[in-house]
Amino acid sequence: MLFRPTSPAPTAQASLRGHTLDVLGLGVRYGAFTALDDVDLSVRAGEVLALLGPSGCGKTTLLRTVAGFVRQNAGRVLIDGTAIDDLPPNRRRVGIVFQNYALFPHMSVAENVAYGLKARGEAKPRIAARVAELLEMVQLGPMRDRRPAQLSGGQQQRVALARALAIEPSILLLDEPFAALDRSLRLDMQIEIKRLQRQLGLTAILVTHDQDEAMSVADRIAVMRRGRIEQLGTPVELYDRPRTLFVAGFIGTTNRLPCLMEGAAEGMAAIRLPDGTALRVPAEAPPPPGPALLTVRPEQLVLRDEGAPGAFPVELGLALPLGGQVIREARLPDGTTLRLTEPRLGPIRDLGARAFCALAPGARPALFPNPLSEED
Amino acid sequence: MGVAIAAAPAPSLGLSAPRSPWALAAPLGLAYAAFFVAPLLMLIAVSFYADERMTRFGLEQWQRFLFDAFHWKVIADTLLLGLKAVAATVVLGFPLALVYRAASPAWQRVLLFIVVMPLLTSVVVRTFAWIVILGREGVVNQLVLGLGLAAEPLRLLQTELGLVISLTQIEMPLLLLPLLSVMSRIDPNLMDASASLGASPWRTLFRVILPLAAPGLAAGCLLVFASATTAFISQSVIGGGRLVYLPAMIWQQAMVAAHWPFAATIAIALLLSVSAVLAVIAHAGRVAGGRVHG
Ligand SMILES: Nc1ncnc2c1ncn2[C@@H]1O[C@H](COP(=O)(O)OP(=O)(O)O)[C@@H](O)[C@H]1O
Ligand SMILES: [Mg+2]
Repeated sequence: MLFRPTSPAPTAQASLRGHTLDVLGLGVRYGAFTALDDVDLSVRAGEVLALLGPSGCGKTTLLRTVAGFVRQNAGRVLIDGTAIDDLPPNRRRVGIVFQNYALFPHMSVAENVAYGLKARGEAKPRIAARVAELLEMVQLGPMRDRRPAQLSGGQQQRVALARALAIEPSILLLDEPFAALDRSLRLDMQIEIKRLQRQLGLTAILVTHDQDEAMSVADRIAVMRRGRIEQLGTPVELYDRPRTLFVAGFIGTTNRLPCLMEGAAEGMAAIRLPDGTALRVPAEAPPPPGPALLTVRPEQLVLRDEGAPGAFPVELGLALPLGGQVIREARLPDGTTLRLTEPRLGPIRDLGARAFCALAPGARPALFPNPLSEED
Repeated sequence: MGVAIAAAPAPSLGLSAPRSPWALAAPLGLAYAAFFVAPLLMLIAVSFYADERMTRFGLEQWQRFLFDAFHWKVIADTLLLGLKAVAATVVLGFPLALVYRAASPAWQRVLLFIVVMPLLTSVVVRTFAWIVILGREGVVNQLVLGLGLAAEPLRLLQTELGLVISLTQIEMPLLLLPLLSVMSRIDPNLMDASASLGASPWRTLFRVILPLAAPGLAAGCLLVFASATTAFISQSVIGGGRLVYLPAMIWQQAMVAAHWPFAATIAIALLLSVSAVLAVIAHAGRVAGGRVHG
């Protein structure tokens, strides 16, 4: 299913390359409901930025506002530093690939791709050449006379992509483009979109609620929640240094350990677990003393057979051997269940065995105020 | 045909797929054969009686009908009336359908209720209501005179204009019901996609909405045309005696002159001429919208 992009026309390359998008203080309300609340976002030239968040957090609303389908109540949208707020959607030159592709069902593949060029009043020979070139690029040349209904999901998506690229958009918006594809095809399309985007130097926003997709395709990720951006950063930054409990839980697998924050000094926090174990963890912005939550990734925990300072007793649960690693469940005396990964060197410990769990050397877990003990 | 269903090996319900799907259509098919096809054949047979007493067969009625220019004019007037009603309902109804498509679900329910409401009233009542509205002392004339738009009352009753106006209101639901149903099924993302590709709202209307709405529009036009050309009550009450259309001729021959063979001949002429136009409308709808389904 992979397709080899041929080199695009130099004109296309020149105008697709290197546009920036800035969203400043954007607010959108539907009646009394606030869908977007003071959203700031800067997408750099040639970058893929993923909007990641649970369903209903406002991702589509943000895309639709950038495209001009939704009028914001507050804030501005700038492309290459110029405000586009007063331009209607048909004058914005923002390409969009819809989640359901939204191909024109009464037109052939070629007519779909030609639609934007015709609307711009391009000359016929130029349109024909451009359509042929785009269909070649997405490897759909032989399908040019088919109707969308006669294509597979992956093919329809490539038509939608070619159609959006035909108008040489300054920004490409992709709304959950892979959601309707099955797993293997999804990976192929992710690779291909990434390759095309790199080759054309496109600036793109990818909406997804799938963290793996965001991690694999995007240069940076904006995690959204309830109409706000919780954190914007590279995948590694979000994984290693989540700024909020929500981000810690949404990106990757994480364990939450209730604990008591006792004090902080020189970037280290002293905390105590419910069973009395005292721990010292690195903390850049430690929460105030009181109930707190420690979030620890599975690979940041290690199992030992004997107790030691900073190690707490656990009862071992199920083990899932996954190749070189074992995913292991472990239960604290207070009933909290942890998930951790063990290297598969020696024999696998028995279910129900007692052991001690400690932070791996150099691990940087994150510490947050406990939301149950105060207002969210 | 119930026998065929019962005889089929039915593991669970008696409704498991019968061997021939025609079996399920049989009850309706028999009713059609008895109450539609048979009378139609009788009608055709009656039109070939030579005399009004129906004693011998001959082509006299058909000769009498076809070789009289007056009859051709009545056919033309009838078809033209249907086309005018179609044009008026489309011009007023299509924008309403666009409004409906863009409206919120709550407003859509209100609009649909307003559209369907006329169907809940008898045609006779609606027709007489139009007499009150269009008459010399009617609402329209009071308004026109009151505003000083005309020195004398307009003559609307017993004119084709008045008839088309009232038919437009009376037949509007028939246009709108199929049209709204097709319109509301058009994916709204298609309009947004069109706009994002640089198309103006007008281009979107003509290149996306209209072709996709074509099947519903054609179905609505078919219903309006068939209904307007055969609207005997409205034609006689509002059009009056001076405007002659085929349905009135049929009634006059069958009920007043008691000349059944000639009435049958006119009835078949009405059926054929209306069907011919319907076929053209249906074909146009398929050409415009057929690419969606083909
Ligand atoms: N046209 C609308 N009218 C009212 N509420 C809307 C409308 N569109 C979206 N919403 C609401 O706004 C919120 C955000 O929607 P959306 O941007 O589609 O979320 P996402 O794409 O992240 O799933 C949702 O709670 C949704 O119900
Ligand atoms: Mg969405």
